[in-house]
Amino acid sequence: MRPVDEAELAEVVRGANAPLVLRGGGTRGIGVPAAGEVLETGGLSGVRLYEPGALTLVVGAGTPLAEVEALLAAEGQRLPFDPPDMRGLLGRDGVSTVGGVVAVNASGPRRVQAGACRDSLIGVRFVDGKGTVVRNGGRVMKNVTGIDLVKLMAGSHGTLGVLTEVAFKVLPAPEAVATLCVEGLDDARAVAAMAAALGSPYDVTGAAHWPGRGTFVRVEGFAASVRYRAAELARVLGRFGAVTEEDGNVWPALRDVMPFHGAAGDVWRLSVKPSEAPALVAKAGAEAVLYDWGGGLVWLRVAEGTDLRARLGVFDGHATRVRGQGGGPAFPPEPAAVAVISAGLRAKFDPKGLFNQGLMG
Amino acid sequence: MEMPQPDPAILARRGRILARLASVLPADAVISDPAETRAYECDALTAYRCLPLAVVLPRTTDEVAAVMRACHEEGVKVIPRGAGTSLAGGSLPTPDAVVIGVARMNAVIETDYANRFIHVQTGRTNLSVTGAVEAEGFFYAPDPSSQLACAIAGNIGMNSGGAHCLKYGVTTNNLLGVTIVTMTGEVLRIGGPYMDAGGLDLLGVICGSEGQLGVVTEAWLRILPKPEGARPVLMGFASNEVAGACVASIIKGGLLPVAIEFMDRPCIEATEAFAKAGYPDCEALLIVEVEGSPAEIDEQLARIKEIALRHEPVAYREAADEDQAKRIWLGRKSAFGAMGQMGDYICLDGTIPVSELAFVLRRIGELTESYGLRVANVFHAGDGNMHPLIIFNANQPGELEKAEALGADILKLCVEVGGCLTGEHGVGVEKRDLMSVQFSDEDMEAQLRVKDVFDPGWLLNPAKVFPLYVTASRRAA
Repeated sequence: MRPVDEAELAEVVRGANAPLVLRGGGTRGIGVPAAGEVLETGGLSGVRLYEPGALTLVVGAGTPLAEVEALLAAEGQRLPFDPPDMRGLLGRDGVSTVGGVVAVNASGPRRVQAGACRDSLIGVRFVDGKGTVVRNGGRVMKNVTGIDLVKLMAGSHGTLGVLTEVAFKVLPAPEAVATLCVEGLDDARAVAAMAAALGSPYDVTGAAHWPGRGTFVRVEGFAASVRYRAAELARVLGRFGAVTEEDGNVWPALRDVMPFHGAAGDVWRLSVKPSEAPALVAKAGAEAVLYDWGGGLVWLRVAEGTDLRARLGVFDGHATRVRGQGGGPAFPPEPAAVAVISAGLRAKFDPKGLFNQGLMG
Repeated sequence: MEMPQPDPAILARRGRILARLASVLPADAVISDPAETRAYECDALTAYRCLPLAVVLPRTTDEVAAVMRACHEEGVKVIPRGAGTSLAGGSLPTPDAVVIGVARMNAVIETDYANRFIHVQTGRTNLSVTGAVEAEGFFYAPDPSSQLACAIAGNIGMNSGGAHCLKYGVTTNNLLGVTIVTMTGEVLRIGGPYMDAGGLDLLGVICGSEGQLGVVTEAWLRILPKPEGARPVLMGFASNEVAGACVASIIKGGLLPVAIEFMDRPCIEATEAFAKAGYPDCEALLIVEVEGSPAEIDEQLARIKEIALRHEPVAYREAADEDQAKRIWLGRKSAFGAMGQMGDYICLDGTIPVSELAFVLRRIGELTESYGLRVANVFHAGDGNMHPLIIFNANQPGELEKAEALGADILKLCVEVGGCLTGEHGVGVEKRDLMSVQFSDEDMEAQLRVKDVFDPGWLLNPAKVFPLYVTASRRAA
């Protein structure tokens, strides 16, 4: 099913009595929902409002991400949170939609400075499991009116409702970018180097470690300012090793987890305290590793079927399986009392149990 | 303003409830003498006051949990309270409710500079969080103007902002995790010292839930390295329209100042009379502040000047040194004090799309005149968060009601142009009855479901945020 507007979508949901699998472009969903008829949102597309002078963009949830990015680029602006393209990693085709980006809270390397997708999201419209259209947030960037369902919908993986419209705070695209690289650091030294950069006043917008390739730090902004900060950061990083400057091609590669493309195995992501990441990675027995967000995000490629959570034991953070089937549920198991709340929310927003059943718990 | 009738059964059991509280807390943590509970009868929305049944001041999460269990079993309502600085009446008591104040829970549990977070008990004041990390060159970004007094618990409750949100976001963008005690006394940890809490974004709904979902006792907050320096520039304009257009041009020009503050003529005149900052005689002025190294600041200010000059400012002042920078900020920082000299005031908090600035200011002027009151505007222009101050005389019968009616009209105007009722203060009781201007009943129903899940008995701060007619059946159940 592919409704052409919100009213038709609401009608479909009101009439539905069997599970539905929600799909934007089908490029980035993780985990396995129960079977069901596919409900596509690609028909709900189009720009509703774009005011560059107010840094505000409102679009239909089915609008292709590429269209949104091109529209913003034409005005010298961009989405702050750098959404990854997951097709290469997950082996999928299709056209990524902004609704899908929001549904999984997709956030790339810039997350370390500009926040996640949910931090730039300022408004939503969605159809809940009863077929009711709900609005929350709006088009202004400071808004504390009522309970923040905008955040709740971001990263809910289509388990609470069908997004029909999303509003973002956007930011100016930078005039210049500089990428610094230190080669040859082991994981612990690399995380320490990234912490030194992120703890400096030079406004780092990317800090990632690609074992065997290098440790990378990015600054963005006006040309002269970028030159100045890159030079200062080279001094900070110089304590860890020789610093070279690279072009910025490494960032989309890191964002899209390119080093794992085409290689077999399950892929996991860890959200951790950066300083604890190297010791956890040592326990993981991974075939390949990437550190992003200064070490706060770790991508791991492990042998198919590995029970990674068992290997890692208890730690401050969580592990999500992005690709593959092994080792328990894709989403991190929640403590019992939290699971009760999550299940309660799903039951309230989707009382008929229609949306992506069983995906998150 | 209407509040629900207090529950007579609870009032009748007051003695038993007090004994129960005393049995789970140290003696000095339960306050029931009206002479002492008087200090908790209101927050910074002083027009509304009510003595609570009791006030408890626990020192630990376990004590909070014990109180919550006791209140839950007794069916007693709970009003969470940070430092009591809410301008929206978020912690206004009712006679049948127990106030849980977190003021004694103000410890720093952990600071971690390598991982850039601080873990605190939530009674700690906003400014003292920065105080705990600034020696190492870090700060906590959200900076509400009450930051000397307000507590992190209240900041989380209201999702507080401040003057620097354009660059650093509000509380929700700087909150990594919480320990929250639910109404049944269950202690949950959501998120922690890492990015992305995992699962549904419960942290996102807890932040800004105005104490309706639980009592937040601990928080993990993101800390940031302090910029090398900051410098403001002041510009005066011949009209609000031109000043508003200049704000849009600066943003459109790819600049992201940390603050863009706007003052209109009534505000400029009042602050001049009060603080004598030497502001230009003009219709509107902007204070724009940028951050970075001296050279970076020079570069940004050069670009800002080029943009501003296109809008033909009647005054343009850069700060050559620290002293001049202080003078530029002096008037803005004294604005609220200056208004206090003019009379009683109500401070509104609506947000509007920046593109509607000039229109909204003109309409506010017309509305104000029709009410025969005075309004001064001082606000964060970069993000459209307005703070119209309605001046009135509380001693004159009917003036408060008149000022409130004007306030409601202004907030309706904010919603009409695509904005919202509150950008950083919260709804509380103050804007509760205006919620239906912004939201349909279905929109509110969706929000109430979240409370249904966290607090099925509707005991936590129940008569706030949503119009009473919307919550009546739930509160009665």
